[in-house]
Amino acid sequence: MSTVHIPFLQTGTLAVGGRLLDDAERSVQSHADRPSSLTKGHRACQGCAEALAARWVMDTAVEATDGRLVVANATGCLEVFSTLYPESAWKPPWIHSLFANAAAVATGIASSLHAQGRDDVRVLAQGGDGGTVDIGLAAVSGMFERNDDVLYVCYDNQGYMNTGVQRSSATPASARTATTPAVGRHPGAPQGTGKSMVKIAMAHEIPYVASATVADLRDLEHKVRTAMAIRGARYLHVLVPCPLGWGSQSSESISLSRAAVQSGIFPVVEARAGELTDVQRIRERADVEEYLRPQARFAHLFKPGGEDGLQRWRALAEANIRHYDLLGGRP
Amino acid sequence: MREVLEGSQAVARTVARCRPGVVCAYPISPQTHIVEALSVMARTGELSACEYVNVESEFSAMSVSIGASAAGSRAYTATASQGLLYMAEAVYNAAGMGLPIVMTVANRAVGAPINIWNDHSDAMAMRDAGWLQLYAADNQEAADLHVIAFAAAEELGIPAMVCMDGFVLTHATDVLELATQEQIDAFLPPYSPAQALDIENPSTIGTMAGPESFTETKYLQHLRFLDAAGVIEAWSERFRKAFGREAGGLVARYDPDTLDRDGDAPPASAEDLAVVAMGSVVGTLQATLAPMRAEGLPVRLVGIGAYRPFPREALKAALGDSRHIVVVDRALELGAGGVLTGDVGRALAHTGSRIHSVVAGLGGRPILEASLRDAVRRALADELPALDFLDLKAGGVPEPPVGATEVAR
Amino acid sequence: MTQVRIHGRGGQGVVTAAEMLARAGFLAGHEVQAIPSFGSERTGAPVVAYCRFSDARLRTREPVLEPDVVLVQDPTLLGPARPFAGLAPGGIVIVDTTADAPWVREHAGAQDADARVVTVPATRIAMDLLGRPKPAAAMLGAYAGCADHITLDAVQQVFRARFPGAVGEANAEVATTAFAHVRGDLYTRDDSPEKGDAAAPAGPRIVPQEVSRA
Repeated sequence: MSTVHIPFLQTGTLAVGGRLLDDAERSVQSHADRPSSLTKGHRACQGCAEALAARWVMDTAVEATDGRLVVANATGCLEVFSTLYPESAWKPPWIHSLFANAAAVATGIASSLHAQGRDDVRVLAQGGDGGTVDIGLAAVSGMFERNDDVLYVCYDNQGYMNTGVQRSSATPASARTATTPAVGRHPGAPQGTGKSMVKIAMAHEIPYVASATVADLRDLEHKVRTAMAIRGARYLHVLVPCPLGWGSQSSESISLSRAAVQSGIFPVVEARAGELTDVQRIRERADVEEYLRPQARFAHLFKPGGEDGLQRWRALAEANIRHYDLLGGRP
Repeated sequence: MREVLEGSQAVARTVARCRPGVVCAYPISPQTHIVEALSVMARTGELSACEYVNVESEFSAMSVSIGASAAGSRAYTATASQGLLYMAEAVYNAAGMGLPIVMTVANRAVGAPINIWNDHSDAMAMRDAGWLQLYAADNQEAADLHVIAFAAAEELGIPAMVCMDGFVLTHATDVLELATQEQIDAFLPPYSPAQALDIENPSTIGTMAGPESFTETKYLQHLRFLDAAGVIEAWSERFRKAFGREAGGLVARYDPDTLDRDGDAPPASAEDLAVVAMGSVVGTLQATLAPMRAEGLPVRLVGIGAYRPFPREALKAALGDSRHIVVVDRALELGAGGVLTGDVGRALAHTGSRIHSVVAGLGGRPILEASLRDAVRRALADELPALDFLDLKAGGVPEPPVGATEVAR
Repeated sequence: MTQVRIHGRGGQGVVTAAEMLARAGFLAGHEVQAIPSFGSERTGAPVVAYCRFSDARLRTREPVLEPDVVLVQDPTLLGPARPFAGLAPGGIVIVDTTADAPWVREHAGAQDADARVVTVPATRIAMDLLGRPKPAAAMLGAYAGCADHITLDAVQQVFRARFPGAVGEANAEVATTAFAHVRGDLYTRDDSPEKGDAAAPAGPRIVPQEVSRA
């Protein structure tokens, strides 16, 4: 499917699946016979953006491969809420091995399929930020540098939510977690820590790296489709708000994602072979408060003494806007 | 054809002839020669229809093997020591998921202090991981065991470690006869996974099991493990018939006088002192005990072929009426004694046996015939304590004699 | 059973020498075993390897403690490596050196050892004919020249098989030269300007072989 830019007013919302479009250009989810790869019976929380993102990612990948898809999943919320024995919410062939090894298991599957002459069957690995940027980083990096034919998708909810909301190296500064409590002189996660997995992936100069959010599901779908049209190691980083861990309303997962993008906090980008090739511009600039204030994990930023932290967030957004030219030259 | 080969080369060639679909490699001494040899064969095409993957850690070596096995390929890797412990989580995982991966463990000590030489503490640390553990007494058996390991593992849906003493076997050159490609093709059935990631029949592998089903899952794994003893025996017997030599088996028996391996050797008798051992020290014991038998001393040798599942019944049968046992043990359970001794003791519970644990060869200390002879003589004279450290040097670490240490500097 | 111990330094091909010796012994009809003692040693560190020949199957895995034959690939190891230690009575010690047997005995502190000392300028021969300081073929050629456990033909065969082509041929020539040297056809270095190495230390050119002194 080619990319068609549809004015927002024409579709009403990006989430309706594009029913005003020609059949071939509609979203996978708009079809009655959609794959429903992550189907009924899972136990995700209300408002779980990871479940939403995983469904879109998987359905798009299944459609893009004509059903020839095998999935390796890291330990984490996604695995726990979808496969409590004897039930499984997954339709594609799916394996969970361990927390840190989804990328390596995917390499094993891809190697096996190649040895069997089944290069028509594709491999997707997925995990949360803990399984990707922390404990699984070595395996992810190894898969990248070998350029194994795997799409790795990280659903980033910025912490260890499965174990009760502890800090990961994807937890942003100031965020309150169970191991970075909002007490003392420097409440929340420390300033100046954490890492950009998108930049790390780009540094491996793999064929395709992209970031996306659940606020723009057609964009997410497009990136999965793009990735599945490419051979070699590919990486997709999806911001997925977690109402439990972020202390937000379950109805706010989409709007928080949108605020993260429109404030400049979460750049939505595409890169090929280590070079940035596309950046989603800010459409209507939002203040960082729009993103931060609805989240209880940042509540201390809006109490006396929180001004300094808030300023740092503004500086982060400004830095991103400059670095990625998120305003496209606009002031 | 009998030929002169390094143990690692022999293993690599035999593994290649088992036609693995995916081979993972991460370097650690002393297993490196095996995966190096396989990498050459992967490049020359001698190892065909096989993906050779250089991974970034042992943890990923086992993880890639898990993915490959689950996707329907015969998967192989090799490791040792710290590498085995680094992949420990994935080792348990492979067994829990019933993936019949075969892995060579070139047995090596576990640090600290760091030590690259042989003992059995690495594999012993994984004794409850749910893998078969088959031990090679010499390089001929090390090579042959891989054929049996693939066959037994795949029939059972249980992964298998082939344990061979690091350096002592992996780097030693011996006269060997390798199973040929034609022989292995005729012997080893093609890999037909019981479960696979198949787009035609999608399944979910590796689900979470709660308190309501975890015990039952483990119980079923236990029952399968009980089947393993019979399956290992059956494949070893088939191997003996097909290849005309003994390899594998649960317990190795030895002729009382020639000390040659002989499955039909009689069990030990009431007056015999039985020496139980595992791995390459069996060869040194053969050489040590034969002259002692010639002197008329009542000594018998019993080798442990399969450490997991532990062959209680086969061991008791081989020990016969002997109630005086010396276990030569290459791993130490701190505060207790030899690890193998613990298993032997459990097997012989309520038999009234006197069991001596002789801890020997830790971290590559050569096990000398003279020292073994002395330990056996002391046991016969009732002068051997329940736990003895062979060649333990009181008062520090003195200068060793030439040849008795690995490297003289 | 014949037991051999080889002393050398990392990079000299000590392990290869033990394996080649085993292969040559196999060609001579023996059961054989080669045991390298691997350490975490680096190039230049002392290395020991062992080899056994037997008419019966070899079962023991203990290191060779009482060698019948000792090969010393580097004369600087005569002191620190104690190559005469454990030597069987009347055993053979073959040393890679341009010096003579009394010199070897003196430097090994083995003036009165019940041994037959043979010297061969193995590294020099290897440098001249092979162009690399790999004395293994010369040491084994010398071994074939002073004991009948292996033959020169077998030594040549195993080196040709391991290093097909020019390197194998050169090693075979190295072995032949060393063999001839210990048989009395003493090796004379080609000191012509094209091939000679002016910086090489001067040493005795003519090396009288020591006869066994019981």
